[in-house]
Amino acid sequence: MNIKKIITTLGLASAVIALPACNSSNNTVTPTPTPQMYTVTVSNLTQNQPLSPVAIIFHGSVYRAWMSAQAASVVLEQLAEGGDNSALLADAAANADTVLTQSGAGVIPPGGSESVTVTLDQATQMSLVTMLVNTNDAFTGLNGLSLATMKVDDTLNRAVTAYDAGTELNDELMSNIPGPAAGGEGFNAARNDRVDKVLVHAGVISVDDGLTTSALNESHRFDNPVARITITRTQ
Amino acid sequence: MKTSLHGLVVAMGLVLSTSAMAADISVTVENLSHGNHFTPLLIAAHPAATHLFQTGSAASVNLQAMAEGGDIAGLVADMAAGSADVIENPAMGLLAPAASSSGTLMTAAANTHLSVVAMILPTNDGFIGLNGIEIPTTAGTYVYYVNGYDAGTEANDELVNGGGAPNVLGIPADPGGANGSGGTGVTTTESNRTVHIHRGVLGDFDPAGGVSDLDSSVHRWLNPIAKVTLTVN
Repeated sequence: MNIKKIITTLGLASAVIALPACNSSNNTVTPTPTPQMYTVTVSNLTQNQPLSPVAIIFHGSVYRAWMSAQAASVVLEQLAEGGDNSALLADAAANADTVLTQSGAGVIPPGGSESVTVTLDQATQMSLVTMLVNTNDAFTGLNGLSLATMKVDDTLNRAVTAYDAGTELNDELMSNIPGPAAGGEGFNAARNDRVDKVLVHAGVISVDDGLTTSALNESHRFDNPVARITITRTQ
Repeated sequence: MKTSLHGLVVAMGLVLSTSAMAADISVTVENLSHGNHFTPLLIAAHPAATHLFQTGSAASVNLQAMAEGGDIAGLVADMAAGSADVIENPAMGLLAPAASSSGTLMTAAANTHLSVVAMILPTNDGFIGLNGIEIPTTAGTYVYYVNGYDAGTEANDELVNGGGAPNVLGIPADPGGANGSGGTGVTTTESNRTVHIHRGVLGDFDPAGGVSDLDSSVHRWLNPIAKVTLTVN
Protein backbone atom coordinates (compact mmCIF):
# COMPACT_ATOMS: atom_id res chain seq x y z
CA MET A 1 0.00 0.00 0.00
CA ASN A 2 2.84 2.24 0.90
CA ILE A 3 4.46 1.41 -2.38
CA LYS A 4 1.36 2.37 -4.28
CA LYS A 5 1.25 5.67 -2.48
CA ILE A 6 4.86 6.40 -3.33
CA ILE A 7 4.35 5.46 -6.94
CA THR A 8 1.35 7.76 -7.12
CA THR A 9 3.38 10.56 -5.64
CA LEU A 10 6.15 9.95 -8.12
CA GLY A 11 3.68 9.90 -10.97
CA LEU A 12 2.32 13.29 -9.92
CA ALA A 13 5.81 14.61 -9.53
CA SER A 14 6.81 13.59 -13.04
CA ALA A 15 3.61 15.10 -14.38
CA VAL A 16 4.57 18.36 -12.70
CA ILE A 17 7.98 18.16 -14.28
CA ALA A 18 6.55 17.34 -17.68
CA LEU A 19 4.22 20.32 -17.82
CA PRO A 20 6.62 23.25 -17.59
CA ALA A 21 9.53 21.53 -19.22
CA CYS A 22 8.10 19.38 -21.98
CA ASN A 23 10.66 20.43 -24.58
CA SER A 24 13.64 20.53 -22.32
CA SER A 25 16.15 17.90 -21.36
CA ASN A 26 16.97 19.94 -18.28
CA ASN A 27 16.45 17.52 -15.44
CA THR A 28 17.33 19.77 -12.54
CA VAL A 29 13.68 20.25 -11.69
CA THR A 30 13.03 17.54 -9.17
CA PRO A 31 10.59 17.34 -6.32
CA THR A 32 12.04 18.74 -3.14
CA PRO A 33 12.66 15.76 -0.86
CA THR A 34 10.79 15.89 2.40
CA PRO A 35 13.36 15.97 5.19
CA GLN A 36 13.19 13.01 7.52
CA MET A 37 14.09 13.13 11.19
CA TYR A 38 15.15 10.06 13.12
CA THR A 39 16.18 9.51 16.71
CA VAL A 40 18.52 6.54 17.17
CA THR A 41 18.98 5.23 20.72
CA VAL A 42 21.67 2.69 21.56
CA SER A 43 21.48 0.92 24.93
CA ASN A 44 24.39 -1.15 26.21
CA LEU A 45 23.06 -4.45 27.59
CA THR A 46 26.40 -5.93 28.69
CA GLN A 47 27.84 -6.32 32.18
CA ASN A 48 31.26 -4.82 31.55
CA GLN A 49 31.79 -4.00 27.88
CA PRO A 50 31.75 -0.26 27.18
CA LEU A 51 30.71 0.51 23.59
CA SER A 52 32.94 2.80 21.57
CA PRO A 53 31.44 5.96 20.01
CA VAL A 54 28.89 4.69 17.51
CA ALA A 55 29.17 5.20 13.76
CA ILE A 56 25.77 5.77 12.18
CA ILE A 57 25.27 5.70 8.42
CA PHE A 58 22.04 6.44 6.57
CA HIS A 59 22.21 5.09 3.05
CA GLY A 60 20.50 3.39 0.13
CA SER A 61 20.64 -0.24 -0.89
CA VAL A 62 24.32 -0.39 -1.81
CA TYR A 63 26.47 0.54 1.20
CA ARG A 64 27.47 -2.24 3.60
CA ALA A 65 29.62 -1.76 6.70
CA TRP A 66 30.24 -5.50 6.72
CA MET A 67 29.15 -8.76 5.15
CA SER A 68 28.91 -11.84 7.34
CA ALA A 69 31.36 -14.59 6.40
CA GLN A 70 33.36 -12.11 4.29
CA ALA A 71 36.64 -10.45 5.26
CA ALA A 72 36.30 -7.17 7.14
CA SER A 73 37.31 -3.95 5.42
CA VAL A 74 40.32 -2.16 6.87
CA VAL A 75 38.08 0.67 8.12
CA LEU A 76 35.89 -1.83 9.96
CA GLU A 77 39.06 -3.43 11.36
CA GLN A 78 40.13 -0.02 12.69
CA LEU A 79 36.82 0.39 14.49
CA ALA A 80 36.58 -3.20 15.73
CA GLU A 81 40.15 -3.39 17.04
CA GLY A 82 40.56 0.12 18.37
CA GLY A 83 37.13 1.69 18.78
CA ASP A 84 38.01 4.50 16.37
CA ASN A 85 35.06 5.21 14.06
CA SER A 86 36.65 8.02 12.03
CA ALA A 87 37.97 5.98 9.11
CA LEU A 88 34.76 4.00 8.77
CA LEU A 89 32.69 7.18 8.77
CA ALA A 90 34.99 8.84 6.22
CA ASP A 91 34.81 5.78 3.98
CA ALA A 92 31.03 5.70 4.26
CA ALA A 93 30.76 9.43 3.56
CA ALA A 94 32.73 8.93 0.35
CA ASN A 95 30.25 6.31 -0.85
CA ALA A 96 27.77 7.74 -3.35
CA ASP A 97 25.05 5.61 -1.76
CA THR A 98 25.42 7.35 1.60
CA VAL A 99 23.00 10.10 2.59
CA LEU A 100 24.36 11.01 6.00
CA THR A 101 27.00 9.90 8.50
CA GLN A 102 26.99 10.70 12.19
CA SER A 103 29.28 9.85 15.10
CA GLY A 104 27.99 9.25 18.59
CA ALA A 105 29.09 11.68 21.28
CA GLY A 106 31.13 9.24 23.29
CA VAL A 107 31.57 5.87 24.93
CA ILE A 108 28.34 4.19 26.04
CA PRO A 109 28.99 2.46 29.36
CA PRO A 110 27.33 -0.80 30.42
CA GLY A 111 23.76 0.02 31.39
CA GLY A 112 24.02 3.36 29.64
CA SER A 113 22.43 4.62 26.49
CA GLU A 114 22.84 7.43 24.01
CA SER A 115 20.35 9.06 21.67
CA VAL A 116 21.32 10.74 18.43
CA THR A 117 18.87 12.77 16.39
CA VAL A 118 19.49 13.44 12.73
CA THR A 119 17.67 15.20 9.90
CA LEU A 120 18.32 14.02 6.39
CA ASP A 121 16.98 13.60 2.90
CA GLN A 122 15.38 10.28 2.13
CA ALA A 123 17.38 7.22 3.07
CA THR A 124 16.09 3.69 2.72
CA GLN A 125 18.50 1.94 5.09
CA MET A 126 20.52 2.57 8.21
CA SER A 127 23.69 0.97 9.53
CA LEU A 128 25.42 1.37 12.87
CA VAL A 129 28.75 0.04 14.17
CA THR A 130 30.34 0.14 17.62
CA MET A 131 33.13 -1.84 19.33
CA LEU A 132 32.89 -3.85 22.54
CA VAL A 133 36.09 -2.29 23.81
CA ASN A 134 37.16 -4.94 26.34
CA THR A 135 37.73 -7.43 23.52
CA ASN A 136 40.27 -7.97 20.77
CA ASP A 137 37.96 -7.16 17.85
CA ALA A 138 34.30 -7.56 18.75
CA PHE A 139 31.71 -5.19 17.39
CA THR A 140 27.97 -4.92 17.16
CA GLY A 141 25.47 -2.86 15.26
CA LEU A 142 23.00 -2.88 12.43
CA ASN A 143 23.73 -3.86 8.87
CA GLY A 144 21.42 -2.16 6.40
CA LEU A 145 18.24 -2.02 8.45
CA SER A 146 15.40 -1.11 6.09
CA LEU A 147 13.65 2.18 6.82
CA ALA A 148 11.55 1.96 3.69
CA THR A 149 8.24 1.31 5.43
CA MET A 150 8.77 3.68 8.38
CA LYS A 151 6.17 6.38 8.73
CA VAL A 152 6.31 9.36 11.06
CA ASP A 153 6.04 8.19 14.69
CA ASP A 154 6.99 4.61 13.78
CA THR A 155 9.60 2.90 15.93
CA LEU A 156 11.86 -0.02 15.07
CA ASN A 157 13.49 -1.94 17.86
CA ARG A 158 16.40 -4.35 17.35
CA ALA A 159 18.31 -6.47 19.85
CA VAL A 160 21.69 -6.94 18.21
CA THR A 161 24.40 -9.59 18.07
CA ALA A 162 28.13 -9.29 18.75
CA TYR A 163 30.30 -10.07 15.75
CA ASP A 164 33.98 -10.95 15.59
CA ALA A 165 35.76 -8.91 12.90
CA GLY A 166 38.06 -11.88 12.35
CA THR A 167 41.05 -9.58 12.01
CA GLU A 168 42.76 -10.26 15.35
CA LEU A 169 43.19 -13.47 17.31
CA ASN A 170 41.05 -13.47 20.45
CA ASP A 171 44.04 -13.94 22.74
CA GLU A 172 42.53 -11.64 25.40
CA LEU A 173 46.05 -10.40 26.22
CA MET A 174 46.43 -7.15 28.12
CA SER A 175 48.67 -5.85 25.34
CA ASN A 176 45.98 -6.39 22.67
CA ILE A 177 42.76 -5.16 24.27
CA PRO A 178 42.29 -1.38 24.14
CA GLY A 179 39.47 -0.98 26.65
CA PRO A 180 39.75 -0.01 30.32
CA ALA A 181 40.16 -3.66 31.33
CA ALA A 182 43.58 -3.74 29.71
CA GLY A 183 44.68 -0.48 28.09
CA GLY A 184 46.48 -2.29 25.29
CA GLU A 185 46.91 -1.73 21.58
CA GLY A 186 44.02 -0.84 19.32
CA PHE A 187 44.32 -1.18 15.55
CA ASN A 188 47.09 -3.27 14.12
CA ALA A 189 47.05 -3.98 10.40
CA ALA A 190 48.32 -7.55 10.86
CA ARG A 191 45.59 -10.17 10.59
CA ASN A 192 46.12 -13.26 12.70
CA ASP A 193 42.70 -14.65 13.62
CA ARG A 194 41.83 -18.27 12.87
CA VAL A 195 39.30 -17.28 10.22
CA ASP A 196 39.78 -13.86 8.56
CA LYS A 197 36.02 -13.37 8.14
CA VAL A 198 33.29 -11.51 10.00
CA LEU A 199 31.46 -14.14 12.07
CA VAL A 200 29.28 -14.23 15.15
CA HIS A 201 31.52 -13.71 18.19
CA ALA A 202 32.06 -16.77 20.37
CA GLY A 203 32.25 -14.66 23.53
CA VAL A 204 35.25 -14.04 25.73
CA ILE A 205 36.65 -16.79 27.95
CA SER A 206 38.40 -14.79 30.72
CA VAL A 207 40.93 -15.78 33.37
CA ASP A 208 38.09 -17.06 35.53
CA ASP A 209 37.17 -19.71 32.96
CA GLY A 210 40.59 -21.16 32.35
CA LEU A 211 42.39 -18.78 30.00
CA THR A 212 45.23 -18.02 32.39
CA THR A 213 46.81 -15.39 30.12
CA SER A 214 43.57 -13.39 29.76
CA ALA A 215 43.39 -9.78 30.94
CA LEU A 216 39.66 -10.21 31.26
CA ASN A 217 37.68 -11.62 34.15
CA GLU A 218 34.25 -13.17 34.37
CA SER A 219 32.57 -9.75 34.35
CA HIS A 220 33.68 -9.14 30.77
CA ARG A 221 31.81 -12.12 29.37
CA PHE A 222 28.69 -11.42 27.34
CA ASP A 223 25.91 -13.17 25.53
CA ASN A 224 23.63 -12.04 22.73
CA PRO A 225 22.01 -9.64 22.44
CA VAL A 226 24.66 -7.15 23.58
CA ALA A 227 22.77 -3.95 22.76
CA ARG A 228 19.34 -2.67 21.92
CA ILE A 229 18.93 -0.14 19.12
CA THR A 230 15.73 1.83 18.75
CA ILE A 231 14.98 4.01 15.75
CA THR A 232 12.07 6.41 15.85
CA ARG A 233 11.04 8.54 12.91
CA THR A 234 9.83 11.89 14.17
CA GLN A 235 9.42 13.72 10.87
CA MET B 1 20.64 9.07 -4.66
CA LYS B 2 17.30 10.32 -5.90
CA THR B 3 17.70 8.30 -9.07
CA SER B 4 18.49 5.11 -7.22
CA LEU B 5 15.53 5.64 -4.94
CA HIS B 6 13.20 5.94 -7.92
CA GLY B 7 14.79 2.85 -9.42
CA LEU B 8 14.12 0.94 -6.25
CA VAL B 9 10.47 1.95 -6.14
CA VAL B 10 9.97 0.94 -9.75
CA ALA B 11 11.67 -2.39 -9.15
CA MET B 12 9.50 -3.09 -6.12
CA GLY B 13 6.41 -2.18 -8.08
CA LEU B 14 7.32 -4.69 -10.76
CA VAL B 15 7.95 -7.39 -8.21
CA LEU B 16 4.60 -6.76 -6.58
CA SER B 17 2.69 -6.77 -9.84
CA THR B 18 4.24 -10.02 -11.04
CA SER B 19 4.16 -11.82 -7.72
CA ALA B 20 1.97 -14.81 -8.23
CA MET B 21 1.83 -18.33 -6.88
CA ALA B 22 5.57 -18.80 -7.34
CA ALA B 23 6.86 -21.71 -5.32
CA ASP B 24 10.33 -21.47 -6.73
CA ILE B 25 12.80 -20.85 -3.91
CA SER B 26 16.51 -20.86 -3.27
CA VAL B 27 18.01 -21.38 0.16
CA THR B 28 21.52 -20.46 1.31
CA VAL B 29 22.95 -21.66 4.62
CA GLU B 30 25.98 -19.82 6.03
CA ASN B 31 28.13 -21.10 8.89
CA LEU B 32 28.62 -18.17 11.31
CA SER B 33 30.82 -20.05 13.78
CA HIS B 34 34.59 -19.75 13.76
CA GLY B 35 35.50 -23.26 14.85
CA ASN B 36 32.67 -25.68 14.06
CA HIS B 37 31.71 -27.51 10.89
CA PHE B 38 28.19 -28.46 9.86
CA THR B 39 27.61 -32.03 8.68
CA PRO B 40 25.43 -32.61 5.54
CA LEU B 41 22.53 -30.17 5.49
CA LEU B 42 18.90 -31.15 5.18
CA ILE B 43 16.70 -28.39 3.78
CA ALA B 44 13.02 -29.26 3.54
CA ALA B 45 9.84 -27.53 2.43
CA HIS B 46 6.93 -29.30 4.05
CA PRO B 47 3.34 -28.83 5.28
CA ALA B 48 2.76 -26.61 8.31
CA ALA B 49 2.09 -29.55 10.60
CA THR B 50 5.38 -31.30 9.83
CA HIS B 51 8.29 -30.86 12.24
CA LEU B 52 11.82 -32.20 12.08
CA PHE B 53 12.08 -31.39 15.77
CA GLN B 54 10.17 -29.62 18.52
CA THR B 55 11.72 -27.99 21.57
CA GLY B 56 10.48 -29.55 24.78
CA SER B 57 9.81 -32.86 23.05
CA ALA B 58 12.11 -35.85 22.80
CA ALA B 59 14.04 -36.15 19.56
CA SER B 60 12.94 -38.76 17.04
CA VAL B 61 15.43 -41.57 16.42
CA ASN B 62 16.15 -40.06 13.00
CA LEU B 63 16.82 -36.64 14.49
CA GLN B 64 19.09 -38.35 17.01
CA ALA B 65 21.06 -40.02 14.19
CA MET B 66 21.52 -36.63 12.55
CA ALA B 67 22.48 -34.82 15.77
CA GLU B 68 24.87 -37.47 17.10
CA GLY B 69 26.47 -38.61 13.87
CA GLY B 70 25.45 -36.28 11.05
CA ASP B 71 23.41 -39.00 9.29
CA ILE B 72 20.41 -37.38 7.56
CA ALA B 73 19.20 -40.48 5.68
CA GLY B 74 16.44 -41.21 8.19
CA LEU B 75 15.15 -37.65 8.20
CA VAL B 76 15.24 -37.60 4.39
CA ALA B 77 13.10 -40.74 4.36
CA ASP B 78 10.70 -39.15 6.87
CA MET B 79 10.39 -36.11 4.62
CA ALA B 80 9.85 -38.24 1.52
CA ALA B 81 7.08 -40.12 3.32
CA GLY B 82 5.43 -36.79 4.05
CA SER B 83 5.71 -35.60 0.42
CA ALA B 84 8.10 -32.83 1.40
CA ASP B 85 10.43 -31.17 -1.10
CA VAL B 86 14.01 -31.70 -0.01
CA ILE B 87 17.49 -30.39 -0.72
CA GLU B 88 19.82 -33.08 0.55
CA ASN B 89 23.46 -32.33 1.33
CA PRO B 90 23.97 -29.33 -1.00
CA ALA B 91 27.51 -28.77 0.31
CA MET B 92 28.43 -32.33 -0.69
CA GLY B 93 29.81 -32.93 2.77
CA LEU B 94 30.96 -30.60 5.52
CA LEU B 95 30.29 -26.87 5.66
CA ALA B 96 33.34 -25.17 7.15
CA PRO B 97 33.32 -22.02 9.32
CA ALA B 98 32.39 -18.96 7.18
CA ALA B 99 31.41 -21.22 4.27
CA SER B 100 27.97 -21.24 2.70
CA SER B 101 25.97 -23.60 0.55
CA SER B 102 22.89 -23.09 -1.60
CA GLY B 103 20.18 -25.12 -3.24
CA THR B 104 16.96 -24.50 -5.13
CA LEU B 105 13.52 -26.06 -4.85
CA MET B 106 10.22 -26.03 -6.65
CA THR B 107 7.85 -26.51 -3.79
CA ALA B 108 4.52 -28.28 -4.02
CA ALA B 109 1.54 -26.15 -3.00
CA ALA B 110 1.09 -28.01 0.29
CA ASN B 111 4.72 -27.46 1.33
CA THR B 112 4.35 -24.01 2.81
CA HIS B 113 6.99 -24.22 5.54
CA LEU B 114 10.77 -24.48 5.56
CA SER B 115 13.12 -26.29 7.92
CA VAL B 116 16.90 -26.70 7.95
CA VAL B 117 18.99 -29.01 10.15
CA ALA B 118 22.60 -30.19 10.34
CA MET B 119 24.84 -31.47 13.11
CA ILE B 120 27.37 -29.09 14.66
CA LEU B 121 30.72 -30.86 14.67
CA PRO B 122 32.45 -31.29 17.10
CA THR B 123 29.61 -31.63 19.57
CA ASN B 124 27.97 -34.66 21.15
CA ASP B 125 24.47 -33.98 19.83
CA GLY B 126 24.31 -30.33 18.84
CA PHE B 127 22.60 -29.24 15.64
CA ILE B 128 21.55 -26.12 13.82
CA GLY B 129 17.80 -25.83 13.46
CA LEU B 130 15.47 -23.64 11.49
CA ASN B 131 12.11 -24.98 12.54
CA GLY B 132 9.23 -24.64 10.11
CA ILE B 133 9.18 -20.97 9.19
CA GLU B 134 6.36 -20.02 6.87
CA ILE B 135 7.67 -19.45 3.34
CA PRO B 136 6.63 -15.92 2.34
CA THR B 137 4.38 -15.75 -0.71
CA THR B 138 5.73 -12.38 -1.84
CA ALA B 139 8.82 -12.59 -4.00
CA GLY B 140 11.89 -11.29 -2.24
CA THR B 141 14.88 -12.18 -0.11
CA TYR B 142 14.40 -13.09 3.54
CA VAL B 143 17.07 -13.67 6.19
CA TYR B 144 16.73 -15.92 9.23
CA TYR B 145 19.30 -16.30 12.01
CA VAL B 146 19.51 -19.83 13.34
CA ASN B 147 20.34 -21.13 16.82
CA GLY B 148 22.21 -24.21 17.96
CA TYR B 149 20.07 -26.88 19.61
CA ASP B 150 20.89 -29.87 21.77
CA ALA B 151 19.01 -33.02 20.80
CA GLY B 152 18.92 -34.09 24.44
CA THR B 153 19.87 -37.62 23.48
CA GLU B 154 23.47 -37.78 24.67
CA ALA B 155 25.49 -36.44 27.61
CA ASN B 156 27.81 -33.64 26.50
CA ASP B 157 31.00 -35.31 27.64
CA GLU B 158 33.04 -33.46 24.98
CA LEU B 159 35.28 -36.45 24.34
CA VAL B 160 36.39 -36.95 20.73
CA ASN B 161 36.44 -40.74 20.45
CA GLY B 162 34.75 -41.49 17.14
CA GLY B 163 31.39 -42.08 18.76
CA GLY B 164 28.88 -41.01 16.17
CA ALA B 165 26.35 -43.81 16.13
CA PRO B 166 23.11 -43.24 18.05
CA ASN B 167 23.47 -44.12 21.73
CA VAL B 168 27.25 -44.30 21.51
CA LEU B 169 28.70 -41.70 23.84
CA GLY B 170 31.27 -39.31 22.39
CA ILE B 171 32.03 -36.99 19.50
CA PRO B 172 32.84 -38.50 16.09
CA ALA B 173 35.65 -36.10 15.14
CA ASP B 174 36.73 -32.50 14.78
CA PRO B 175 37.06 -31.81 11.05
CA GLY B 176 39.14 -28.74 11.95
CA GLY B 177 41.66 -30.91 13.78
CA ALA B 178 41.78 -28.61 16.80
CA ASN B 179 40.68 -31.19 19.34
CA GLY B 180 42.80 -32.66 22.09
CA SER B 181 42.54 -36.10 23.65
CA GLY B 182 42.71 -37.75 27.02
CA GLY B 183 40.00 -35.69 28.65
CA THR B 184 38.17 -37.12 31.63
CA GLY B 185 34.74 -36.05 30.33
CA VAL B 186 32.71 -32.98 31.20
CA THR B 187 29.60 -34.86 32.31
CA THR B 188 27.94 -38.24 32.06
CA THR B 189 24.37 -37.06 32.44
CA GLU B 190 21.89 -35.23 30.26
CA SER B 191 19.27 -33.80 32.54
CA ASN B 192 17.09 -32.33 29.81
CA ARG B 193 16.18 -35.23 27.55
CA THR B 194 14.14 -33.06 25.22
CA VAL B 195 15.33 -30.86 22.37
CA HIS B 196 16.54 -27.57 23.84
CA ILE B 197 18.83 -24.64 23.11
CA HIS B 198 22.42 -25.86 23.27
CA ARG B 199 24.30 -24.45 26.24
CA GLY B 200 27.49 -24.27 24.19
CA VAL B 201 30.65 -26.20 24.83
CA LEU B 202 33.01 -25.82 27.76
CA GLY B 203 36.32 -26.98 26.34
CA ASP B 204 39.63 -26.46 28.13
CA PHE B 205 43.23 -25.53 27.34
CA ASP B 206 44.80 -28.92 27.95
CA PRO B 207 45.21 -30.80 24.64
CA ALA B 208 46.38 -33.93 26.46
CA GLY B 209 43.93 -34.04 29.35
CA GLY B 210 41.61 -31.84 31.31
CA VAL B 211 37.88 -32.43 31.34
CA SER B 212 37.25 -31.88 27.63
CA ASP B 213 38.85 -32.79 24.31
CA LEU B 214 37.54 -29.52 22.88
CA ASP B 215 39.41 -26.20 22.93
CA SER B 216 37.68 -23.31 24.70
CA SER B 217 39.16 -20.76 22.32
CA VAL B 218 38.20 -22.67 19.15
CA HIS B 219 35.00 -24.61 19.65
CA ARG B 220 32.80 -22.27 21.65
CA TRP B 221 30.05 -20.30 19.97
CA LEU B 222 27.24 -17.94 20.82
CA ASN B 223 23.94 -17.91 18.98
CA PRO B 224 23.12 -17.32 16.22
CA ILE B 225 25.38 -19.99 14.74
CA ALA B 226 24.02 -19.90 11.19
CA LYS B 227 22.30 -17.62 8.74
CA VAL B 228 19.67 -18.84 6.29
CA THR B 229 18.84 -16.67 3.31
CA LEU B 230 15.62 -17.60 1.55
CA THR B 231 14.89 -16.15 -1.87
CA VAL B 232 11.35 -16.53 -3.14
CA ASN B 233 11.42 -16.14 -6.91
